[in-house]
Amino acid sequence: MSARLDHLGLGFVAILIVAAILVPLLSLVVSPDSAFYLPPYLVQLLGKYLCYAILAVALDLVWGYCGILSLGHGAFFALGGYAMGMYLMRQIGTRGVYANPILPDFMVFLNWKELPVAWWGFNWFPYAMLMVVLVPGLLALAFGWFAFRSRVTGVYLSIITQAMTFALFKEFFRNDFGFGGNNGLTDFKDLLGFSLQAASTKAALFSASAIALILAYAVSRAIIGSKYGKALMAVRDAESRMRFIGYRVENYKLFAFVVSAIIAGIAGALYVPQVGIINPSEFAPANSIEAAIWVAVGGRGTLIGAAIGAIAVNFAKTYFTGAFPEYWLYGLGLLFVLGTLFLPKGLLGLALRGSEPKPREVVSVDAVEEGAEP
Amino acid sequence: MTSSNDCRLAAHDFARGFALRALRALGVLALLAFATTARADAVDDTLAKFLDDKFPQTEAAIGELAAEAPPQAAAILEALGDNRLLIDPADHLVAYKTVAGVLLNAKTGEPVQGLDAAAFKKVRVNNALRSAIEGAMGSLTLANPDPEKRLAAAEDVFRTHDAKALPALQAQLGKESDPRVVAALKLAQASIFATSDSASPQDRLSAIATLKERGDQDAQSLIDGIAQKATDPAVKSAAAAALSAIHTRLALWGVAQNLWYGISASSVLLLAAIGLAITFGVMGVINMAHGEMVMLGAYSTYVVQTLLPPSLQNWSLAFAIPLAFVVAGAVGIAIERLVIRFLYTRPLETLLATWGVSLILQQLVRSLFGANNRLVSNPPFMSGAFEIGGLSITTNRLWIIVLSAVVFIGLQLVLRATPFGLQMRAVTQNRRMAASMGISTARIDMLAFGLGSGVAGIAGVALSQIDNVSPNLGQGYIIDSFMVVVFGGVGNLWGTAFGALLIGLANKLLEPLIGAVQGQIVLLIFIILFIQRRPRGLFALRGRAVEA
Repeated sequence: MSARLDHLGLGFVAILIVAAILVPLLSLVVSPDSAFYLPPYLVQLLGKYLCYAILAVALDLVWGYCGILSLGHGAFFALGGYAMGMYLMRQIGTRGVYANPILPDFMVFLNWKELPVAWWGFNWFPYAMLMVVLVPGLLALAFGWFAFRSRVTGVYLSIITQAMTFALFKEFFRNDFGFGGNNGLTDFKDLLGFSLQAASTKAALFSASAIALILAYAVSRAIIGSKYGKALMAVRDAESRMRFIGYRVENYKLFAFVVSAIIAGIAGALYVPQVGIINPSEFAPANSIEAAIWVAVGGRGTLIGAAIGAIAVNFAKTYFTGAFPEYWLYGLGLLFVLGTLFLPKGLLGLALRGSEPKPREVVSVDAVEEGAEP
Repeated sequence: MTSSNDCRLAAHDFARGFALRALRALGVLALLAFATTARADAVDDTLAKFLDDKFPQTEAAIGELAAEAPPQAAAILEALGDNRLLIDPADHLVAYKTVAGVLLNAKTGEPVQGLDAAAFKKVRVNNALRSAIEGAMGSLTLANPDPEKRLAAAEDVFRTHDAKALPALQAQLGKESDPRVVAALKLAQASIFATSDSASPQDRLSAIATLKERGDQDAQSLIDGIAQKATDPAVKSAAAAALSAIHTRLALWGVAQNLWYGISASSVLLLAAIGLAITFGVMGVINMAHGEMVMLGAYSTYVVQTLLPPSLQNWSLAFAIPLAFVVAGAVGIAIERLVIRFLYTRPLETLLATWGVSLILQQLVRSLFGANNRLVSNPPFMSGAFEIGGLSITTNRLWIIVLSAVVFIGLQLVLRATPFGLQMRAVTQNRRMAASMGISTARIDMLAFGLGSGVAGIAGVALSQIDNVSPNLGQGYIIDSFMVVVFGGVGNLWGTAFGALLIGLANKLLEPLIGAVQGQIVLLIFIILFIQRRPRGLFALRGRAVEA
C-alpha cells in the first residue's frame, strides 16, 4: 500500500462525504427549476452505483489482497438483499393486494396458511439487519471453511464459488423455497416508516450508501494495513511458503472471505430499497463475474480503484444500454478482454504509473511450481 | 330383404300421400300393420329401440349393434355419439346425418328423400351411453380385417375392460390367427374377467396371472382395484401377490429408466466437458467461452441443414460434425493466439478474458442468427423411440451415447498413439521440463486449445439434436462441465469420463427422490466435500510438479 494510494484514499473518502451531504441538498432543497437540481431517479441511480461500489470493495479485499477470485460474491450481495427485502415485505402488511396482515401477497397467492419459520422476526428491523450480516457471513464461513481447509485454490476455487451462486440461483427460483420464486420480492412500501417513494427517503438511502462505502473502505483499509493484512498479501503471493513458515493460511483466507461476504451483504441490503425489487436473477453467475470486471477495470488491490471501476462500468452500462442496446454486450465483452490484456493494474494503475518505483514483478510461487512459464 | 324394403318405401310413399299432420297417425297405423306382416329381422328390432329415445332402450340397441355387427353399425354408432342419429317416430324411421350433412336411412344406408328434416329429432345420449358407444365401437373394430386395427381395438378393450365387449372378444379370439392380436385379445379378456365379479374364480385367477405377466402401469391399476374390491379370498390374495410382484417389477424398470436417463445425461456432459478437461489440463486455464464453442457447433449444424439440398439432408450430420469441429477449433485457436497466450501467468484473469469472449460470441451469434431458437431437425435414423421391456429409449439419445463413446476413444487414441498426444501429455505433466526437452509448448498450447474447442463443437452437434439451438445454449451446460472437470481431475480422460458418469447419474437418480434442484445442490455439496479429500480431482496426476 503506497503512500500515494493512501492520499488518493483520503481524497476518495472526502468526495464521498461531500456527496453524502451535497446530493440530499441538491435533491431536496434546490428548486426543481434550478440547473443544479437532482431529480429523485438520479439520486436513486447514483445510490445504486454506490452499492455496486461497496460490492466491488468487498471483492477487491479477497481478490486483490488474498488472491481469491470469487465468482460468487453476487450470492452474498443477493442474500443481504433478500434479508432486507423480507423486512420490507413484512412492512407492507395490510396494504398488499390480499391485505393479509401477516403473510406477504405471494404466500397468500400460493395458498399458504402460516408464515414459514425463515420469515419469523423479519418485521423487526434490528433482527432483519442482523440477518443481513449473519446469513452471508455464515454461508461464507461454511463455504470457506470447507474450501480453504482442503486447499482448493486458484481457478478451482473460482469455479466452485460460481457453482455456489448457481445453486442458490436455482434454489431461489423455486416457489416452494418460500422467497417469492422467480418474481422475487417487490412492491415495497416503506422502510422504518418512511415511504420508499419519497424523495427524502431516496436521498437518505443515498447518503447511507455513501457512508457504508466509506466504512467498507475504512474496514478493508484497516485490515490491509495491519500485520494480519501483510500476512494476507504474503498468502496471496506465496501460499505454500507461508504454510511452510507456519502460518495457518486457511484461517487468514477465511477471515478475509467472511468479512468480504458481510460487506457484500450490506451492499445488497442497501441496494434493494433503492431499486425496489430483489429476485433470483441477482444470483446469476453472470452478475458475479461482472463484479469481478469492475474490480479489474478499476484496478485490483487498490480498494478505491475497485469502487471507481464499479461506478465507471455501471455508468457506461446505463449509458450504452440506453443508447446502443445492441452493442452493450460487445462493449462489455471487449472490456473484459482488453481490460485484462492491457490494463492488468486497472485504471488506477494507469493513473499511478510512473509515480512510484516499479515494483518487482511477483510471480506466484504456486504458478511456478505448477509449471507456468514466468 | 329387398322386397320388405320396397314395401317399407311404398308405405312411406303412402304415408306421404297424407301430408296433413292430422293424418299422420293413420300412416303409422299402416306402417305398423305392415311391420307385423313383414319378416321382423333383428336389425329392425334393434333400430326400433332407438325410436323410443329412452336411455335403457338406446343402451340395449348399442349392445345389440355391437354383437350383431351389421355393416352399417359403425356408422350408426358414430352418428349416435355425435348427436347425428335422428328418429322420426311418426314415420317409424331411423336415419343419420353424415358429417357432410347428407341424411341417410340407418337401415339401408341410402339417402332419405322427400321427408321433412324438421320431422326428425335427435336421439339423446348421456355419458353412460357415450362410454357404451365407445365400448361397442371397440368390439366392432375387433373384427376389422386390418390386424393393426384389431390390435388397437383389443388394447382399447383392455383399457376400458368393458364386459359388454366380451362376446365379440371371445368370438374374435376363436378365429384370430395373428399371434400378437391373440396375445392382446387374451389380455383384454383377462382384464374383463379380472374385474368382473360374475366371472368364475378360476377365470379370475388365471386372468390375474395373465395381467401379472403384462406387469405395467395399466395392469397395476387394474389389479389394485381387484385387490381392494374382490370378496373371494383366493382372488384377493392372488391379486395382492400379483400387485406386489408388479410393484417390484415396475420399480426395477423405473430404476433402469433413470439409469438410462443418467447415462444419456452423462454422455452429453462428457462431450461438453472433455474438451474443457484437455485445455484445463494442458494449460491450467479454464476457458469460460467453452460453452460458446458448443453453441458454435450447434449453429454449424443449423447452417449445414439450411444449406444442404434436400437430397442430402439425411447425411447432414456427416457434414455437420467435421464442420463444427473445424469452426469451433478455429475460433478456439484464434482465442488462444489473441487472448489466452498473454495471460498464462495470470490464470484467474483468463477466466475474465474468456468470459468476455463468450459475451462477444453470444452477441455475435444473436446479431447473425437472431435471438430466437433455431430449428434443427433429427435425421430419420435419429428420430423416434423404441421400447425394451419397460424401458423407453429415444433413438437420438442412443446415438449421442455412441458419439460420445467414439469421441472418447478417438481422443484417447490421439493422446496415447500420436506424437502430438505424447507432447501434450508431457506439457500437462511438467511444462518446463517438456520445454527443456525441445517441445514447443506454445505450439502444443495452440493445438490443444484447438482440439478441445473442436471437440466442444462436436458436442454442439449432439446438443442440437436434443436441445434448443439458441445463443445461450452453451450456458446451460458449462457449470456442470466445470464440475465434471473439477471432480474428475485433469490429465487423464478417464477421470473426465468417470466424473461425467457420476454427475450425470447422480443428477438423474437424485431427481425423483428430492427434485432436480435439490439434487444439484446435494451434488454440489458432495463435490465440495469430495475435493477436501482430493483437491486435484479423482484422477489427479502424481508427481512433484502438480503439487502446489
